[in-house]
Amino acid sequence: MKVHEYQAKEILARYGVAIPRGKVITVAAEAKTIAAELGGKVVVKAQVHAGGRGKAGGVKLAKSPAEAVLLASQIIGMKLVSKQTGPEGRIVRKVLVEEAVDIARELYLGIVLDRAAGLPVLMASKFGGMEIEEVAAEHPEAILKEHFDPVAGLQPFQARKLGFALDLAGDTFKKFTKFVAALARAYNETDASLAEINPLLITGGGDVLALDAKMTFDDNALSRHADIAAMRDLDEEDKFEVEASKYDLNYIKLDGSIGCMVNGAGLAMATMDIIKHAGGAPANFLDVGGGASQERVEHAFRILLSDPAVKAVLINIFGGIVRCDMLAAGVVAAARNLNVTLPIVVRLEGTNAEEGRRILGESGLKLQPAATMAEAATKVVAAAR
Amino acid sequence: MAIWLDEHTKVVVQGLTGKEGQFHAAKCREYGTKIVAGMTPGKGGTNVDGVPVFNTVAAAKAATGCTASLIFVPPMMAADAILEAADAGIELIVCITEGIPARDEVLVKRAIAGRKVRLIGPNCPGIISPGKAKLGIMPAHIHKQGSVGVVSRSGTLTYEAVGQLTHLGLGQSSCVGIGGDPVPGTSFVDVLTAFNADPATEAVVMIGEIGGSAEEEAAAYIKAHMRKPVVAFIAGQTAPPGRRMGHAGAIISGGKGTAKEKMEALSAAGIHVVATPADIGIMMARALGKA
Repeated sequence: MKVHEYQAKEILARYGVAIPRGKVITVAAEAKTIAAELGGKVVVKAQVHAGGRGKAGGVKLAKSPAEAVLLASQIIGMKLVSKQTGPEGRIVRKVLVEEAVDIARELYLGIVLDRAAGLPVLMASKFGGMEIEEVAAEHPEAILKEHFDPVAGLQPFQARKLGFALDLAGDTFKKFTKFVAALARAYNETDASLAEINPLLITGGGDVLALDAKMTFDDNALSRHADIAAMRDLDEEDKFEVEASKYDLNYIKLDGSIGCMVNGAGLAMATMDIIKHAGGAPANFLDVGGGASQERVEHAFRILLSDPAVKAVLINIFGGIVRCDMLAAGVVAAARNLNVTLPIVVRLEGTNAEEGRRILGESGLKLQPAATMAEAATKVVAAAR
Repeated sequence: MAIWLDEHTKVVVQGLTGKEGQFHAAKCREYGTKIVAGMTPGKGGTNVDGVPVFNTVAAAKAATGCTASLIFVPPMMAADAILEAADAGIELIVCITEGIPARDEVLVKRAIAGRKVRLIGPNCPGIISPGKAKLGIMPAHIHKQGSVGVVSRSGTLTYEAVGQLTHLGLGQSSCVGIGGDPVPGTSFVDVLTAFNADPATEAVVMIGEIGGSAEEEAAAYIKAHMRKPVVAFIAGQTAPPGRRMGHAGAIISGGKGTAKEKMEALSAAGIHVVATPADIGIMMARALGKA
């Protein structure tokens, strides 16, 4: 689960991570008092779940409280289009008004799970403000890495190692090691999957501050972090995906014309791949899961058909524990209830597949049966044209 | 022979008294698996379909001599269940549970490192040695005893591959689902190493997917050590970056973990990589000179 910058900073601050002073608002006029309290000069930052906000005009410096109000009124309600939002962009609903701080140096800090090592890894670099992937491509030697055990936590020597390697000294060095320890603790204790400070700011006065902060959290662990789960912002998510998540359906919208309904994530991805191979493009990823009941099939159908780009549907089910006859009955009932008129290609294999095919054949619906994945893909691509 | 599991393996089912545990344990027994015990805290002394239930894994092991465990417990209790089995000296632990927090998986992996225990999963269909025994939720009837080893991060896509092999008359030695999570107990390399050493396995089907670098590590192992032909498919060639495709571990992050990179690494290691899932079976038949 993603959260906004202001929420990430709020969480990090609880663990002692130093952040600039600021406040989030939804009404531009409120920027006036906040800016005045923060000394007049502030940064107004659009709060959306996407990077590249600065270049997209979503982050602006105001030299007075009046200008802060003006900028906030321009940013709230704007459609922010960046590389990460795609051409459709995001409507900005909130802005963070933050004190403007002087910048001496910009560094990078980030913690992710290193899957190969099976451990979290803290990465640091001198190239603050640059995306870590770019740094990895251009200056791989500039990325410092420290793996740590989640039980023991990040050790002080590891923070010191990074501080020395980043040429920090004196009070700033001490503030940095404290900052790093707090960040690692926050990552660990909140079941985060990413905690990234980019840039990490060294101010002219030698302070260490999180100028920007990004956190994402492990969906599987949200049940033990009710406070974080409550930060979910449905406005930032695709409405079809939100709807699908209500029924425990794994749905991801894509931009093709062939709607897919598959059981199992791996088979669902492989079905998308074979559609592409046959010359078509999938409109979605949809895993109806192992226990696909008629009700879930119906919800799945409804959601994938609500995408107007869908011109044909491919249902690919490998019945293991799920019986194909039961699924076929579900498909027929759902197609009738929803009055589906689009061409549907159905491929059933596995447990009770014969019986399932018979039910589809006798349904009177215009369903095209297919015996293999390859045949199903060819048929559905032709039907979508 | 087969790897890790055969008709003599004695099994305790953790969570046997639950709906899923009971259902799948019955299917495993039907197939010939020796399910000798169940374990659910507080239900010790009862039985499920004649299988005695114990309060602890240690008690189940003392009474029955079980050496393997099959776990069906809710995600928030799964780490505890795995560690209890490991502590009792269970050698093969198969965890079916989906949705375990990644941090719990990291802790489990650290806690059991260096011990004589093999954890398969979590979030996997389990392991089957066709004709001998199954420890998992896969449909038994699509399998056929034979000499192709199958290893996969997926569930139903594995069934698809197995279905194709069986259809072509190519039986399987063992099929192992290593699961779709970011920190699996058993890696591709672990399974490939076992297949390489198993005289009953002549060739291997490997099914990977986007995310992480397990396939690249497998490619390096195969290039250096594998003496048997390997056919591979990578799911997610059309998956968009930055999105989790169902499995917790199936995500292209920071431009890394794409299907293209993985397919290139595998091809460079001399593996038969198929572009579509429809060709897995036929490519294996060709690799074995049977088509």
